[in-house]
Amino acid sequence: MVAVLLIVIPLLSGLFAFFVKNEKTVRSWALFASLVTLAVSALGLTMLNKPANLEFTCVWLGDLGSSFSIKLDGLGQLLCLLTAVAFPIVFIATWNSNYKNANRFFALMLLSQAGLMGVFLAMDALLFYFFWELALIPVYFLCSQWGGEKRIQVTFKFFIYTFVGSLLMLIGIIYLFQQTPDHSFSIQSFYDLKLDSSTQTWIFWLFFTAFAIKMPVFPFHTWQPDTYEQAPTAVTMILSGVMVKMGLLGLLRWLLPVLPLASYSWGDVVMSMAVIGIVYGSLLAMQQDDLKRLVAYSSIAHIGLMCAAVFAETRIGTQGVMIQMFNHGINIIGLWVIIELIERQFGTRKISELGGLAQKAPAMAMLFVIIAMANIALPLTNGFVGEFLMFNGIFSTTGTKYTLAFTILAGLGIILGAVYTLNMIRKVFYGNTNALTERAMDISVGERAILIAIVAAIFVIGVYPKPVLELTNSFVDALINKSDIFSSLKRP
Amino acid sequence: MNALFISAFWGVVMMFSSFLIAQKSAVRNLAIIGLIIVLVANIFEMNGVIFFHVNTRDMIYFDRFALLFNSIAFGSTLIYFLLSAKDIEKTGDNYAEYFSLIFFILCGITLVSSFRSLLILFLGIEIISIPLYILTGADKRNLKSNEASLKYFLLGAFSTGLMLMGIALIYGARGTFMTVQMPALSVAETAKTGTTSILSIAGMILLLFSMSFKVSAAPFHFWTPDVYDGAPTVFTSFMATIVKAAVFIGFIRLFGDSFGSLKPQWQLLVAIITAATLFIGNITAVFQQSVKRMLAYSSISQAGFMMFAVYAMNIDAKEGLLLYTAAYSLATIGVFAVLIKLKDFSFEGFNGFSKKQPVVAAATTIFLLSLAGIPLTAGFLAKFYMLKAALATGQYTWLVIFAVLMAAVSVYYYFRVIQSMYFKDGGEANDAIIITPAFKSILVLLAILVILLGVFPGLLLNWYYF
Repeated sequence: MVAVLLIVIPLLSGLFAFFVKNEKTVRSWALFASLVTLAVSALGLTMLNKPANLEFTCVWLGDLGSSFSIKLDGLGQLLCLLTAVAFPIVFIATWNSNYKNANRFFALMLLSQAGLMGVFLAMDALLFYFFWELALIPVYFLCSQWGGEKRIQVTFKFFIYTFVGSLLMLIGIIYLFQQTPDHSFSIQSFYDLKLDSSTQTWIFWLFFTAFAIKMPVFPFHTWQPDTYEQAPTAVTMILSGVMVKMGLLGLLRWLLPVLPLASYSWGDVVMSMAVIGIVYGSLLAMQQDDLKRLVAYSSIAHIGLMCAAVFAETRIGTQGVMIQMFNHGINIIGLWVIIELIERQFGTRKISELGGLAQKAPAMAMLFVIIAMANIALPLTNGFVGEFLMFNGIFSTTGTKYTLAFTILAGLGIILGAVYTLNMIRKVFYGNTNALTERAMDISVGERAILIAIVAAIFVIGVYPKPVLELTNSFVDALINKSDIFSSLKRP
Repeated sequence: MNALFISAFWGVVMMFSSFLIAQKSAVRNLAIIGLIIVLVANIFEMNGVIFFHVNTRDMIYFDRFALLFNSIAFGSTLIYFLLSAKDIEKTGDNYAEYFSLIFFILCGITLVSSFRSLLILFLGIEIISIPLYILTGADKRNLKSNEASLKYFLLGAFSTGLMLMGIALIYGARGTFMTVQMPALSVAETAKTGTTSILSIAGMILLLFSMSFKVSAAPFHFWTPDVYDGAPTVFTSFMATIVKAAVFIGFIRLFGDSFGSLKPQWQLLVAIITAATLFIGNITAVFQQSVKRMLAYSSISQAGFMMFAVYAMNIDAKEGLLLYTAAYSLATIGVFAVLIKLKDFSFEGFNGFSKKQPVVAAATTIFLLSLAGIPLTAGFLAKFYMLKAALATGQYTWLVIFAVLMAAVSVYYYFRVIQSMYFKDGGEANDAIIITPAFKSILVLLAILVILLGVFPGLLLNWYYF
């Protein structure tokens, strides 16, 4: 029931929002709907946490061997919670932004939430593909209609990129479907497949392209900085905070366990790509003058690290990925919130045009610094827990001979991350004020509440990550079991 | 059989109505009533109620496949009439004759979907083609329309010649026109001589080429853009959708019934035609400035996807082709119906359309998403079936991957229309457009139908079995 509600509430409230003409009303309606979703998600974690509530299956496209099958496992719980948390934050943080045709904007936002929830919950490959595309369509319209100057071309590039990826994945899905003995799209049938390694290899690349574009992993990242820059900030928050997790979820749920042989044998290649992405993203982030682009490139680096840790295929590393997915989601949304505040106040995102904000807006500066520190994984913050576990995983993996090189290069990313983050903080918040920042105002109550909540989450998870780790424990165990090729070779 | 007779009869009725009925609306309503009768009669036949018993010596055989496709064709034509009948009248003075010709085409369609003799195939194709030559030139005072008609006629006649020659060669090799007897004869021949006679192979290839011409598969597609562009837009809509779909049904029937045992001989050839069609259709569509011409090329690229059914030739392919014809016809009829209303057929003509006509723009978006193959629309499942059928053959996986890349290219030109409608301003020329509530509601119903088929394809495909 919980699983169904998580999809149905945003879907119906989104469709309803199309017909609400008043801007104020639709804004409140969207916030209300997203809070209800959050409440349901929280109940699913606590009071209603029973298997009967978390699973739902019914017949759909029976002739095709597909069913409407959704389930909240550990990974699903975590990512659905992230999605449920992200949308209210986004709505409150952008409460004062004005949108033309606000009803359409909020309707599409809620629809994209429904799509995201579906992706995280789907236990049937065809259903997964459906939601995968459905999450994309509203975002396409959101970015093209409310974005920056070059929005149409940029969003189009983003759309074509992801569409190519997902179509390739579709071929992979159909091929796997035909190999299943019971002709079924259910995830269990996919897990039970035993394909030879050459088949696994080409299917692996079909799937991986789709996921790599979505995350994005170097060299599939070229759509990302432009899109983050041009999209309206509310959508950028969703794109970077939640949507990139679709790719990681794809790896964790649909790639590694289904194609363990190929994942093992191509792990080196993928990890190399990921590590190149870390260094490359960090180096480019250092050169940026635009705050949005800086965060966009830093996101490439962070995602690269998560991708590398996934392919390390160790228990500890995967746990790190789990917790980091959540952390990265809330941290980056926190960063966007402040960037949005700065842009709204000064009409610019250029680092070179800002300065001395800390004198005028101390609360904003402090909150930003904390979130930025979490982003570069300072101890006591949530980022530290995640990155520590991931590094541990990458270093201790037996899957590759180049652990040392990968770890060092990935570690370089952290150092570079500190360089560009601290540099940016120095230039934007410290130093002398200029004509533009002279009249800076501090943040308002609503935004302050959100940022304090994010900061609180940063510290709580940083000091006491156990509940999150326990949530995903059994999922990670199952994943490691399924993707362990040495035991699967012994399987009858 | 029901639909065959009634549609032919109603064609004659419409001819008489041209001088017996003066009122335009009465003629229009008469055509719509006739079509509903044809559709209902066909549905009766699907349920075993046959009005006419004629011994055709097995030359025509109405199986479920044929009947279901006929229902799709009549249903699509009905929607086409409801949306565009008024625009048909605007084409010229002889509006009743246009309806009459369309009924004759429908009569040809029933023959093409149900033939078991090559002669009937030939008859059906000709009954479809000749009225189409006339309809293409219906805009008599327009040079482009005349040119299109002449071009279509010359090339069409040429390809019909090829078809006849192919039929003659096959008759020479096999001694029969009956398609279903050919596999056995072919097997017997192979058993006796060890090879397949060059005569039958040559005949088969001639038939393949002429059918490819009729469905505008590359490299036999050169007539399509000019003819579709030159013909009055209402008739372009009809021939790009229902007629093309019908010829595809004939195509798969011909190759499935008669040349199934020769599959290794033609499969590579069909694969190449498929790839070429997808490539040329999609890449050329990208460069078009006129939406009408873009839709002409899009019809070529969609034909490329439908060629997969011929290529795969399995049960998925037959189901999928039925779904594809429905999905493609409905969506394209919808887009054309909107296009006819516009003054300017270029992409800019759609600028700011969503502000002027939000409902129509939303429906058009759904049609375009369906054509592009986005999930939850019928177009996605149609493409899905085609890919599934092709992958099930286990060969030429490159072809499937190529097709998918081409589908991604198609997003470019379909989404250009969406971009114009939603994200660009302007289009003052569209202020004068009058869109009646009836048109709007039918368009919305059509959009709902496209989505329904995309979520529950069983609504259509279950008819194939029950």
